[in-house]
Amino acid sequence: MIPSTLEYTKATSIDEAIAAVQAGARPLAGGQSLLPMMRLRLAAPGAVVDLGGVAELVGVCEDGDEIAVGAMTTHRAVAADPLIGEHCRVVAQAASGVGSLVIRGRGTIGGSLAHADPHGDLPAAILAVGGSVIARGPGGERRIEIGDLITSYLTTSLADDEIITQVRLPKGNAQSAYAKFHRRAIDWSIVGVGVAIGPDGVRAAATGVGDKPARVTGFEAALNGGASLDEAAAAAGDGLDPSSDLDGSAEYKRHLVGVLAKRAYLEAQG
Amino acid sequence: MATVERKTGGGIGEAVLRKEDRKFVTGEGRYVDDLRLPGMLHAVFVRSPFGHAKVKGIDIAAAEALPGVHRVLTHATLPAETGVLCASNPPGSDVRQPEQPLLARDEVRYVGEPVAIVIADDRYIARDGADLVLVDYDPLPVVCDAEAALADGAPLVHSGYPDNAAATLVHETEGFAEAMQGAARTVELRVVNQRVTPMPMETRGCIGDWQQATGEVTLYTSTQVAHFVRTFISFVCGTSEAKVRVVTPDVGGGFGAKLNTYREEFAVCSASRVMGVPVKWIEDRSENAVATIHGRDQVQYYTAGVDESGRIVALKFDAIQNNGAYHQLLTPTISHLTVFMVPGCYDIQNISIRMRQAFTNTTPTDAYRGAGRPEATHGIERLMDAIADDLGLDAAEVRRVNFIQPEQFPYSSSTGLVYDSGDYDTTLDEALRLADYAGFAARRAASEANGKHRGIGLSTYVEVCGLAPSAVTAAIGVGAPGWEHSTVRLHPTGKATVITGTSPHGQGHATSWSQIVQTELGIPFEDVEVIHGDTAFQPYGLGTYGSRSLAVGGVALHRSLGKVREKAREIAANLLECSVDDLEWTGTSWQVKGSPDRAKTIQELAGAAWAASSMPEGVEPVLEATTFHDPPNFTFPFGTHVCEVEIDPETGRVEVVNYTAVDDCGNVINPMIVDGQVHGGIIQGLGQALYEETVYGEDGQMLTPTLVEYLVPSAADVPPMTLARTTTPSPSNPMGVKGIGEAGTIAASAAIVNAAVDALSGLGVRHLEMPLQPARVWNVIQEAKS
Ligand SMILES: Cc1cc2nc3c(=O)[nH]c(=O)nc-3n(C[C@H](O)[C@H](O)[C@H](O)COP(=O)(O)OP(=O)(O)OC[C@H]3O[C@@H](n4cnc5c(N)ncnc54)[C@H](O)[C@@H]3O)c2cc1C
Repeated sequence: MIPSTLEYTKATSIDEAIAAVQAGARPLAGGQSLLPMMRLRLAAPGAVVDLGGVAELVGVCEDGDEIAVGAMTTHRAVAADPLIGEHCRVVAQAASGVGSLVIRGRGTIGGSLAHADPHGDLPAAILAVGGSVIARGPGGERRIEIGDLITSYLTTSLADDEIITQVRLPKGNAQSAYAKFHRRAIDWSIVGVGVAIGPDGVRAAATGVGDKPARVTGFEAALNGGASLDEAAAAAGDGLDPSSDLDGSAEYKRHLVGVLAKRAYLEAQG
Repeated sequence: MATVERKTGGGIGEAVLRKEDRKFVTGEGRYVDDLRLPGMLHAVFVRSPFGHAKVKGIDIAAAEALPGVHRVLTHATLPAETGVLCASNPPGSDVRQPEQPLLARDEVRYVGEPVAIVIADDRYIARDGADLVLVDYDPLPVVCDAEAALADGAPLVHSGYPDNAAATLVHETEGFAEAMQGAARTVELRVVNQRVTPMPMETRGCIGDWQQATGEVTLYTSTQVAHFVRTFISFVCGTSEAKVRVVTPDVGGGFGAKLNTYREEFAVCSASRVMGVPVKWIEDRSENAVATIHGRDQVQYYTAGVDESGRIVALKFDAIQNNGAYHQLLTPTISHLTVFMVPGCYDIQNISIRMRQAFTNTTPTDAYRGAGRPEATHGIERLMDAIADDLGLDAAEVRRVNFIQPEQFPYSSSTGLVYDSGDYDTTLDEALRLADYAGFAARRAASEANGKHRGIGLSTYVEVCGLAPSAVTAAIGVGAPGWEHSTVRLHPTGKATVITGTSPHGQGHATSWSQIVQTELGIPFEDVEVIHGDTAFQPYGLGTYGSRSLAVGGVALHRSLGKVREKAREIAANLLECSVDDLEWTGTSWQVKGSPDRAKTIQELAGAAWAASSMPEGVEPVLEATTFHDPPNFTFPFGTHVCEVEIDPETGRVEVVNYTAVDDCGNVINPMIVDGQVHGGIIQGLGQALYEETVYGEDGQMLTPTLVEYLVPSAADVPPMTLARTTTPSPSNPMGVKGIGEAGTIAASAAIVNAAVDALSGLGVRHLEMPLQPARVWNVIQEAKS
């Protein structure tokens, strides 16, 4: 649990941060995932650039049909934000259930997405509402849908010299909720499911069901096709491929997806 | 949640706030890692990544070439007279004592076994250097499970022995076989007490400082047993015990994990000897998971012969203890303590016991809070519920028909102990009342209406504390006595210093010992300083473990205070020109009977004894006394815990919704501290019942090396608790005290698991293993339904 030697710089603007990343530094957001990895020597970046001094990366505002959330906005701020609470409750709920108060006070929405942990709560919640990120690199900005951003276990489609600057959440997801199943209060989700009931039907996405967050298509299709909630819950695990591990078998986790999808749906309905 | 309101200032029985806490809550505690000695270098250990392998070669060149690395030491270059010593040889068990070298010589036998030490300017460089040490391993077959290790054809952990048997303890009472044969029915149960990790908040750490010129060595170490460590350093490092000084700064928890002497403690002394400067090592969290002892890991097979009322007429207990790869300080003794407590609080006179201990390719097991007794209690308390289940009886009633009755004390158990005192029905009655046992059916119905299964579980326990009468430790093959030391020193100003041989690491001895001084000598609580933790100024002390500190060390203090008081009486008689028989003790002074104006306070007498100008004939100056107290017997705290759980059948989650504990630890010095010990103990038992398990994969890798996989409960996971006490003083000591440090842990796991089994009993579930992971419980529910 002793990290290897590294260089540390702190950026004060997005451009400075991108320059540092271009030079090979790893972005450091809340450090709640990167620092543990460094201590376990699963990551050993030669240099990190701290995004904590970049004011333009923090904050939440309305932008047309969307809410724009700065990448460095903490889980705590996301959980308490009235705009997100009103239009995308599932995201606020997911943020409020991350780890403990201390972790929520440091961990960020951008860091959660960039880290792409297959048990992360924010990626699933944001996938449930069809959110996206704005990535910026030396060549400019592009928008990436969440489903395209996270490609595999701890892996994203971001280029080496790109950082996430914003998360974009579509409005119209007031009727939404996140159900998390974990063991101790501080723990990661074994399985978590976000459900959003929109004008085009029900969207649901889960974490803990494979190497990346996934849409719960069995549940969505059943409900959107007029099946009962219990039938939809029974179909929720279809097509999902969670691993069997100390937390339980794949069968158990597929079952949990149904239980949680149902609970989230009932809560989303209000 | 607490039974008491907190107060400040006071003597025995008052809930005084802890005087040691200010420094801890303001960050001024001083732990080993806070110490910096001039010229000090830092060590990091290179550890085996394999569960079992030959070490064919170690290439240290690249590591030694790293700037900042001073030296890499291996078995060939680190001086040592012998390996780590085990102080435990249970008689008649033919216990095997494999050599445990400080650094692996040619073979590693568990993941984490130390192979080399990198010594560098700082920890970071040393850690980088450790990555550059190239060890050539040739992997060997591994076995981690104890039952598998004892099976024919299992891979050998130590190729020098024909099998993996580490020791076997057997005990059978006369007439057992006939009693078992005559039983109306038999009830069988297999219980697994899983391996857990003690996980103190402060990991281990030590600094060795060897003075080349004099051969004196000082070891600063985070331990519960400083003197023991000193004795062993003298053996392992080959120096006079009189030249070894062991200093214990503040210690951030131990739970038995620091009731030991470890390779690293010897290694930093020897490394300092080689390097000529102090060498420091601080264990990191993942290192702690493999390098510090584990607890439990016992598989038990019970067969109870019972009559129709559920009374046990004969009990057979056949168990296997996983000792790990080597024997640490007390490894073979821990399951011996299980053997002692197999009958629990029940009058079971016909008993047959076999305890097989096995070597495996895992970290050694040793004392962990409760040390052998939680295993016994969990098993017998699960068995009581199985008997109730099989016979269709109430769980409380089955316990009652088996209880040892108050008039049977002192009670000779079938395993050779003499229980001092007890009143088991009373704690059971009180616990059932507080837990509203009678109203449970209504609460269950309400839960069922909500789609939840509700259960209630009991754990009626007795444990053995106050380790230990020295004749007993010798008889059971422990190479250490069980007495304790105290010195009381009064200063000319009337203030007092207490030197104690106990080694507090969270228990609040400075507070409790001060309360004893105030009550027994009349010196105010705040005028007392309690010091400990440095073998240079202390007489030999045995330390803190086995809920012994108050029952042995506190009693040693009580006796020293009595000696001081009596000496003060002689001085007072001289000053007041009367006979000692004319004096009475007021609580703060000696006065002539009936004449309050003719009195000397203890402070005046301390001053007079120091001034020494008018001492009685033959009385030495100064009020000071020392006692080495060897207890005549153990003490036997007991109680009843009642747990209520709700289970969500959809997810398998077990939630403790109510927890009631009625404990009897004899007389209480500080009720707030006792409550704290009970709370912490219960939470640790709850950790084992619900969350914690140290898991090895088939290949010998540890699958739970960080706190992401190894789940320790946090404050947010603590259920509502109701605590109460009954008081049955121990007749074994003048204070009537027993001990409370481990009771909560001993009792809790069975109460919780019994409640969970009860919740699912309607589905036909008869047993659950720990921890009660949701997935495991859900699987059991599915199996029961199909
Ligand atoms: C004890 C504990 C419990 C936790 N429990 C949960 C939980 O229940 N649910 C959950 O979802 N999470 C949990 N987390 C993780 C937490 O949510 C982290 O905050 C999150 O995963 C990472 O965010 P961060 O801001 O800390 O990122 P960091 O740790 O700083 O960075 C993580 C990764 O993202 C990269 N990165 C960060 N920001 C950017 C950016 N703007 N652009 C590009 N790359 C970037 C970094 O380079 C790094 O690779 C827990 C963490 C801990 C320590």
